[in-house]
Amino acid sequence: MLKRTVPIVIASVVGFLLIFAKFSPPISSWENEVVMWFDILAVFAFVLGAGNLNLNNLKKISERKEGWGYAAITLLAFWITLICGIGKLGVPPNERYLTYLWSGEYDAEGSSFWWVFNYVYVPLAATMFATLAFYISSAAFRAFRANNVEASLLLITALLVLVAQTSSGPMLSELIPEDSLFAIFKIDTIRGVLVNLFNTLGTRAIMIGIALGVVSTSLKVLLGVDQSYLGGD
Amino acid sequence: MRIFTILISLVLLECSTSLYAQKLAPPTDLKVVDVDNDKGDKLRLTWTLSPDDPATHIEKTVKDKASKEPPAELANPVVSYLIEGKQENEEFEEVGTVDAGVSEFVAEKLERRDYFYRVKAIGADESISATTAEASGTPVRQWIDQSKLYFGLFMFVVCGSVVYFIEAAKAGKTLKIRKIAGLEAIEEAVGRATEMGRDCLFIPGIQDINDIQTVAGLIVLNRVAELTAEYDAGLDVPTTRSLVMTVARETVDGAYTAAGRPDLYNPDNIYYVTDEQFGFVAAVTGKMVREKPAACFYMGAFYAESLIFAETANTIGAIQIAGTAMPSQLPFFVAACDYVLIGEEFFAASAYLSGEPQQLGSLKGQDVGKFIAGLFLIVGAVLMTASQFVHRGESGERTGPLQDAITFMTESLLGS
Amino acid sequence: MDKFWQTLADLDRRWLFAVTFLAISIPLLTGIVLPQKVTPMVENVFNAIDELPSGTKILIPLDYDPSAEGELQPMADAFVRHAAQKKHKLYFMTIWPTGVAMIQRQIATLKKEYPEYEYGKDYVNLGYRPGYEGVIKLITSDLPKLYGSDQQGTPVSKISMMAEIDSIKKFPLIVNVSAGDPGLKQWVQYAATPFDSIEIVGGTTGVQASTLYPYIPNQMIGMIAGIKPAAEYEKLMFEKYPEIEEVPSSNMANVYMTSQEAAHFMLIAIIILGNVVMWQTSGKRGRS
Repeated sequence: MLKRTVPIVIASVVGFLLIFAKFSPPISSWENEVVMWFDILAVFAFVLGAGNLNLNNLKKISERKEGWGYAAITLLAFWITLICGIGKLGVPPNERYLTYLWSGEYDAEGSSFWWVFNYVYVPLAATMFATLAFYISSAAFRAFRANNVEASLLLITALLVLVAQTSSGPMLSELIPEDSLFAIFKIDTIRGVLVNLFNTLGTRAIMIGIALGVVSTSLKVLLGVDQSYLGGD
Repeated sequence: MRIFTILISLVLLECSTSLYAQKLAPPTDLKVVDVDNDKGDKLRLTWTLSPDDPATHIEKTVKDKASKEPPAELANPVVSYLIEGKQENEEFEEVGTVDAGVSEFVAEKLERRDYFYRVKAIGADESISATTAEASGTPVRQWIDQSKLYFGLFMFVVCGSVVYFIEAAKAGKTLKIRKIAGLEAIEEAVGRATEMGRDCLFIPGIQDINDIQTVAGLIVLNRVAELTAEYDAGLDVPTTRSLVMTVARETVDGAYTAAGRPDLYNPDNIYYVTDEQFGFVAAVTGKMVREKPAACFYMGAFYAESLIFAETANTIGAIQIAGTAMPSQLPFFVAACDYVLIGEEFFAASAYLSGEPQQLGSLKGQDVGKFIAGLFLIVGAVLMTASQFVHRGESGERTGPLQDAITFMTESLLGS
Repeated sequence: MDKFWQTLADLDRRWLFAVTFLAISIPLLTGIVLPQKVTPMVENVFNAIDELPSGTKILIPLDYDPSAEGELQPMADAFVRHAAQKKHKLYFMTIWPTGVAMIQRQIATLKKEYPEYEYGKDYVNLGYRPGYEGVIKLITSDLPKLYGSDQQGTPVSKISMMAEIDSIKKFPLIVNVSAGDPGLKQWVQYAATPFDSIEIVGGTTGVQASTLYPYIPNQMIGMIAGIKPAAEYEKLMFEKYPEIEEVPSSNMANVYMTSQEAAHFMLIAIIILGNVVMWQTSGKRGRS
């Protein structure tokens, strides 16, 4: 009982107090303090996570499970980066404290951590983000099919916005005079209507629904109506 | 004689300086009032602009337009105002400056005691005018921010309706909820994984436990874990945050116990990967390609990695059910996944899957909030449309009851 | 012929990846730049910086990481160059831990292209503080409380351009470049909306644009979402300040835009092909 009741009581008391704090100027800054407390908690939790990461990967290596080579690389990368950062390997001393070897920033230019960040992490992160371009093309080939009315509308909208995002699209529709009756068919105008009107309308409607969903879920958590995230019913 | 000459020069200089300073007209009518709805640390100062302020001069010129005489140039226009303040029995010191044309200043970080202020104008040639008469005020603490009363009222109505319907459902009232295809398919997906002898993969988003989407995702995880326990299917839950891993372990442990299969629970199946977004993506997609889970669930907050997950799972032929409240990622999930829970459907998942009356009641309460939002939209749209037909007055502004209603709606009802 | 359509229907996605690779890389390698038509929103963002009096204090939060660098670096470069051309005072900060490296890149640009800019007098690097949107909420009322020193550890009391800065209300303009959450949305919600004196313009990834349009124009002057508006912004820069065009990296958005246009046309072709294949193969299934 304590395992579930105590967390729910803490969550309820703190939650309702912070809701009241939103309406009470003298205690409105408590919200910022609590955010900072959470960051401190998260730092301690990182130790837990790092321990779990090491344990899981060591287990995988020792049991020679499928993909254990990746586990070995993970551990190697983890420890190298950690040692480079904590040990401040290759960090030049701070300009104002030249006699103190470890006075420089751990990520100072030229340090080993800086090197790992700029020449390993940055290219890898950029590469992973870049794979999205390839996945978009395969998703477009598969998903934008005119199977029914809604899919056809989606297809036409996607094509119009794609054309409008190029430089040739607006230039083609420059053939239509500004003051003519057909000016509403200019690509820029159509794009503007799709993006500023339909897209904004839909996004706002979804955001209102999400906000209400957040209120409802938060209330259920604070009132203890839904305890399933704690492992209860 | 020489000393006498110097003395006379000094006196003349002093007189000319003070005369010259008096040439710059000071601001007048300084008032100090407490700032409303604060914690008692602010005072608002207002004053009437100096006649030598260019803003006053322009206003006067506009009014005198009919005279058709060219406006006189200001010899020494005001460029700024210097505000000085003090507490009782102290000396005045500078507390701030504002530009010319500004007739208001808010003094901050005060304590709840008497403060005294005076304002001077500063000219273009750096001369300083005489000061206004002193004015004093005391900051007052307000415990309730009255400007948020309407917001509080709406919150009370929406939350109250959620609580009401929960209680009504507990009392036995039947509540009708429409079918949500994505949630109906969860059992089908877990069953498919069991038949194929492969695992289910559940990703509770990439945000921390303080994000409500992660909590909602973990609530769905509880239901999915119960199903995998019943069907004896494997469940893999990689996380990007250690706290989420800890909570997810409790969630799955409880679900397996509730399903009567605590022996199946393995904490190593819920593990932390990395906080870094694309590192997590690389790890999970690699796992997908190697272990080929039959069912993939994405429930929580996602960013750019959403399409990478969805497309990779597509290549391995997994059934995919996604739920997120990130409007920017919904299109990618819709394009690539089999079922998608959009926005509030995702938050409704827990209530829908449990089928418990009190949880279903919360969904009805949400609908009341939507009704109020819809009402405001319609009333606001009608008012704004109608106000377009009202003629503008001499000042170019629209006035009248319609405009008052719109101002009330935008600044009071919806303002805070 | 049936076999041809069936082959296309069963096409290995790696062929699509190969076509995508060619469509994006060929324009990049050839360096072709296409003309851009400037849209009103980009003009508004440009004017927001350009019409400020020289020497205005501008807060520049760079909230993105290396993965978004490809899309956001050109616009961040353009903003910083523009502000430096106008001799504005630049205050760099970030609420993302990886944003520190992004600030360092901008400072390297300033040192190289604007050597007259002096640290502590014309620009300052306040660095990163943990707390995400909590940082924004705190610095609206008390900036020195959170930023007692700059990124190098120098107390702000010793930095001349920090003398009058007690909160971000002292900044007439915030120019935020962000890749996600927390980012431009939070800056709009907690900094620009509650305080009339603060205006904000932003640079974001294209995918975030739909969620941020509702804030324009009442809460945000405008934003540059993606490479295309960044290319338009560069065009405006070259028109107003022709000397910038001689800097090698000053037209990166325009160069990238050519690749993006090629990719867009490729996507259009792929979508049309996919539909043609669907009609051809579903027609066959209907008949049999």
